[in-house]
Amino acid sequence: MNRLLLRGGRVLDPQAEGDAIADLLVENGVIAAVAPKLDAAGAEILSAEGCWVAPGLVDLHAHLREPGQEYKEDFTTGGRAAVAGGFTAVACMANTHPPNDDPSVTEFILAHAREDSLARVYPIAAATKELGGKVMTEMVALVRAGAVAISDDGHTIMDSGVMRRVLEYSRLVEIPVIVHAEERTLVGDGVVNEGVVSTKLGLPGNPAVAEEVMVARDLRLAELTGAHLHVAHVSTAGAVRLIREARARGVHVTAEVTPHHLTLTEEAALGYNTNTKMAPPLRSAADVRACREGLADGTLDAIATDHAPHAVHEKEVEFTLAPPGVIGLETTVPVTLDLVRAGELSPLEWVRRCSAHPARILKRPGGELAIGAPADLCVIDPERRWLYDPTKGYSKSRNSPWAGQELVGRNVATIVSGELVYHVDRGVLRP
Amino acid sequence: MIGRDLLAIEDLERGDIERILETAAHMQEVGLREVKKVPTLRGRTIVNLFFESSTRTRTSFEIAGKRLSADVINFTPSSSSLTKAESILDTAKTLDAMAPDAVVVRHQVAGVPKRIADELTSPVINAGDGAHEHPTQALLDLFTVLQEKGRIDGLTVAIVGDIAHSRVARSNIYGFLKMGAEVRLAAPPTMIPAAVETLGVKAFTSLREALDGADVVMMLRIQTERLSGAFFPSVREYSALFGLDREKLQYAKDDAIVMHPGPVNRGVELAHELADHRPSVILDQVRNGVALRMAVLYLLAGRPPETKRGTPEARRGTPETGSAKVSETRGGKS
Repeated sequence: MNRLLLRGGRVLDPQAEGDAIADLLVENGVIAAVAPKLDAAGAEILSAEGCWVAPGLVDLHAHLREPGQEYKEDFTTGGRAAVAGGFTAVACMANTHPPNDDPSVTEFILAHAREDSLARVYPIAAATKELGGKVMTEMVALVRAGAVAISDDGHTIMDSGVMRRVLEYSRLVEIPVIVHAEERTLVGDGVVNEGVVSTKLGLPGNPAVAEEVMVARDLRLAELTGAHLHVAHVSTAGAVRLIREARARGVHVTAEVTPHHLTLTEEAALGYNTNTKMAPPLRSAADVRACREGLADGTLDAIATDHAPHAVHEKEVEFTLAPPGVIGLETTVPVTLDLVRAGELSPLEWVRRCSAHPARILKRPGGELAIGAPADLCVIDPERRWLYDPTKGYSKSRNSPWAGQELVGRNVATIVSGELVYHVDRGVLRP
Repeated sequence: MIGRDLLAIEDLERGDIERILETAAHMQEVGLREVKKVPTLRGRTIVNLFFESSTRTRTSFEIAGKRLSADVINFTPSSSSLTKAESILDTAKTLDAMAPDAVVVRHQVAGVPKRIADELTSPVINAGDGAHEHPTQALLDLFTVLQEKGRIDGLTVAIVGDIAHSRVARSNIYGFLKMGAEVRLAAPPTMIPAAVETLGVKAFTSLREALDGADVVMMLRIQTERLSGAFFPSVREYSALFGLDREKLQYAKDDAIVMHPGPVNRGVELAHELADHRPSVILDQVRNGVALRMAVLYLLAGRPPETKRGTPEARRGTPETGSAKVSETRGGKS
C-alpha cells in the first residue's frame, strides 16, 4: 500500500474554501484524509512546514512541440518542466507538425504523453484543418479521441464567417473555443507594443487595438452562437473591459492571462532582448495594471503559461525575425506570487486561478482536495529565494525573460496520482 | 563620457556630443590639405560591416578611415539570417576573431548593432539600424548647424517627412534636444510615430505651423515606392502638403537653412531649386560627414587595445594628427 503524508503545511482547498495548517494523507493515488494531526504509520513523510499544500496547478496553454519540433521540447522534458513548476496537468496547443487537426494526431499525443510525461497532458485540437482558417476540423471525432478544447491559437481565424461557424458547431461538443485574438492586418509587422517603446526602438509597433478589435468580434460571435469562448493571453486594458462587459451581459466567455503580461511591461524590450518578444507583445504599465485588476476581480479566470519553447539559435537573430514566445512552466509560481505579495490575491484566490478555474474551464478534474479525489498536488514554499538559470531547468529551451534573476517562491514538491514525481532537493523522480 | 561603442545618440550626454563635435572641427582641417592624410590610425583595422547596402555612408566611413591611415575592409554579407545560413552573431564572432580595431555596422533591422556590440571585443559604430538610429548622421547634422549658426542652443529645428520610419529623425531628435534646441516634427498623421511627444518634441500636421520661425528645416527622404498609397494617398498630395519649395520656406526664418540626409527625391520632398543652392547645405553635410566620422573613428578606434573592452582606464595617448591637434579635454571614458 502506497501512503504519503504531507505534514504540517498550510492546506489550501479552493473548492471547500479551506485554508488551515493540517496534515494531508495520500493513499492509493487519492486524497485519504486532511486533518490537523494524522497518524501516519507506515507512510512516507514529507514535511510541508512553512509551505502551501494545494491542488496541482493546471496549465490551460502550453506548447509542448511534440510531434514535429522535438528539438524545442517534447513530452518528457515538457512534463518534467511542468511538474518542477508545480503543474500536474498541461493543455498542449495544436500548432505542432503535423498540427493536431486529426483524431490520429490526438491519439498520438495522448499515447506518447501517457508514456513520457510526468504531468497529465490534455490535447487541444485545431479549429480548422492545417490551422488554415478555412475548413473546420472534425470536432466530434477529436473530442472522442481526447481533445479538451479547440484552437488555432496564433493562426487567428481572420474570416469572421468561418469563426462564426466554428463557434456554432462547437455547441455539439460543448468544449471551449480558445482564441488568440489579434487582427492581423492591424498587427502588420508589429513586434513590440505600439507606443513610446516602439518609437524609441524603431521597431514596428503592434497596437493594443489589434487585440481589442478581435476580442470584440469574437465576443459578439460568442453572444450570437451561445458557444463557450475562451480568450487566451489577454494583454490590454481594453480587452479586459470588453470581456467584463460581455460577461455582465451573460456571454459565455472565460479568459486567461500569462505571468509575463501580469508582471512585465513593454520597457523590458528596451535593449532588444528577443526573450522579451511575445505575441501579443508586452504592453504598457496601464495594461499590466488592468490585467492584474481583471484577474483579481474575476474577469480573467485563470493564469496560463503560454509556455513557448524556442531553440537558442532561433532566438539569437534580428528582433524582427525571432519567433515570439517564452518558456514559463518553471517560473509561473514565483512570478505570479507577486500578486499575492502585493495583496491583490489571497493565497486561496491564487490557487483558484492556477488550478481550480483552469480545470473547470477544461471540464477536467482538479482544483480541489476532497477526500477520494485524485491526489494531484503541489507543495509551494512562498518565501523560498532562488536564482533561476534556464540552462539548469528541465525544459529543452532557455528562452526566458527571467533568466539570471533571483526569484521568490518556488514549487518544492509535486505529486501526480499519489506519486511523488518531483522534489526540489531530489529533482525529478520517475516513480 | 563617450563609451566603448557609438550605438545611439540616446545614450550620449551633451558633453560627449560636444567632445565629438570639437574633435570633428580639428579633423575638418585635414580635408583642406593637399595631401588629405594623417598617420593617426596607422596599423589599425576598421571593418565596414554593411548588411544593408549604402554607398554614401559606407564611402564616407571608408574615406574617413583612410584619411586617418587605417586599413579599411568592406564586408557586405548577404542580408539577414533569413536568407543566410550564418546568423548575424556568428558573422560578428567570426569578425571579432580577426581582431579589428573598430566595426562599423549597418543593418536593416533595429537593434542589430547593439546585439553585435554585446558580442564583440572591438568598438562598434552604428551606421544606421532600421528605423532606430543613425548617430553619425545626427552628429554631422549637428556639426553642420553649429558651423552655420555658431550655436545650437536656443535654435528651432523642424524635421519634416516620414518620421515613423526614419532613423535619421530619431537620432536628430535626441541630438538637437540634448544640445538645447527646440525640435518640431511635421508629417501626415500616418507617419508620426506613437507617443513621440513624450520624447520632448512637438508634432505638427501642418508644415506651416512647424516651420513658423524655424532656424533649421530638415527634410527627410520619403520612400515613395513603399509608402505611397499606404501611408499617404499619392506623391502628388504628399508633395503638395509636405514638399518644401521657396514659397513654403517663407514660413521659416529669413536666414533658415535647409538640410537633407540624402539622397534627395527632387520634386517630391524638396523642390529642385532648393536642392542645389543656399539656403540648402546638403553638400556641406556630406563634406562634414567625413570629418565627423574621422572624429568618431579617432575617438573609438584610436584607443590603446586594453581600453576597448570598457575598462575604466582613461586614454591619455599622444594623438599623431600632425598639425591637426586633437583636444583631449575630457580624456578617456568611464
